[in-house]
Amino acid sequence: MAAVRMRSCVLSVLLLNVFYSFVSSLYFHIGETEKKCFIEEIPDETMIIGNYRTQLYDKQREEYLPATQGLGMFVEVKDPDDKVILSRQYGSEGRFTFTSHTPGEHQICLHSNSSKFSLFAGGMLRVHLDIQVGEHANNYAEIAAKDKLTELQLRVRQLVEQVDQIQKEQNYQRYREERFRQTSESTNQRVLWWSIVQTLILVAIGIWQMRHLKSFFEAKKLV
Amino acid sequence: MCSVMYGSPRVLLQVLWAQLLCGWVLGSELTFELPDNAKQCFYEDIIIGTKCTLEFQVVTGGHYDVDCRLEDPDGTTLYKEMKKQYDSFTFTAAKNGTYKFCFSNEFSTFTHKTVYFDFQVGDDPPLFPNENRVTALTQMESACVSIHEALKSVIDYQTHFRLREAQGRSRAEDLNTRVAFWSIGEAIILLVVSISQVVLLRSFFSDKKTTTTRVGS
Repeated sequence: MAAVRMRSCVLSVLLLNVFYSFVSSLYFHIGETEKKCFIEEIPDETMIIGNYRTQLYDKQREEYLPATQGLGMFVEVKDPDDKVILSRQYGSEGRFTFTSHTPGEHQICLHSNSSKFSLFAGGMLRVHLDIQVGEHANNYAEIAAKDKLTELQLRVRQLVEQVDQIQKEQNYQRYREERFRQTSESTNQRVLWWSIVQTLILVAIGIWQMRHLKSFFEAKKLV
Repeated sequence: MCSVMYGSPRVLLQVLWAQLLCGWVLGSELTFELPDNAKQCFYEDIIIGTKCTLEFQVVTGGHYDVDCRLEDPDGTTLYKEMKKQYDSFTFTAAKNGTYKFCFSNEFSTFTHKTVYFDFQVGDDPPLFPNENRVTALTQMESACVSIHEALKSVIDYQTHFRLREAQGRSRAEDLNTRVAFWSIGEAIILLVVSISQVVLLRSFFSDKKTTTTRVGS
């Protein structure tokens, strides 16, 4: 008796859980041929996990329902050197993971793989997206279960991961600052050299003009 | 969200209830490109009573400003700012439903912008939901919690610093290319103008000579 009540209770809570997981996620609308890109500026050796879920507008029921089987999303990830590091097609619900090997701006682009333009029925596709970077990508419950950590050990582990992320970011910051300094110094050099060169050109042109005109007028017997 | 399989159903039930009571969290942090004359909206379903924070910053593009608007499920505008570079807005959800926030670059004719936003809903989920939630945290655990909060704010400051640095760097790189192109352009203009001056002067005197000879004969 108690076991049955317990089971139904667990089931109802599970359903509520599932309902909330469907609902509480940031979403946006994407057109049929539209490509939406997101930029993540990250240090190297950082893991990124992206979860997405799509819903299609059903005209009959006038609400958004999970998309049909054939409709999927094409995910493309480019690294800072514009090299494609992930290019795959996933279903209407997907999860993509990648680890950065060079620090910098990575671009994550999503677009639907729909070839039949009538599939969207003039509406939009609703995409729920969640991108977790670095320390946030860690699944602590899994780590705790795998390494059999107590609560205190898990907390300390989380702190270690956070400090790791801060350290990587600081390293990346140093690399970026160096690039910034190089750009500023290059601008400085360019301004200096071009000013000198332009002054020289000006003086040379002036001298050439006067000499040329003088010889021209002398030839014409006007001077 | 992950679902952890525990041994006993009692623990599972407590875990689920703990998750439910703590409120579903989502901290979404995204950087996206907003083309000129475009508007991009994001939606999120929020439960009543949740404390939320929306923070945005324009990273690159034009005058580094964007229009932002936040609406509640009934369409009432909770926050509206035009041409802002950076702002942070905290509110408590007064209604259940879908909240919508939009970024608009419709005032710009040809510059596209990169916008970063961070939308925090509720608090972070508990790290290790377990049965002893009712007992107070030990000294070690509360020290860990305070260090965790401090490190979270360090990471937050780092993010803002990174965005400001990206802004500064993009301006510096723009300046560098502009200086290069303008210097070359100016040198060419200088040469062309001076040579055409000489040629024009020569042509004035050549014409006068032919007319005088024709009149003479």
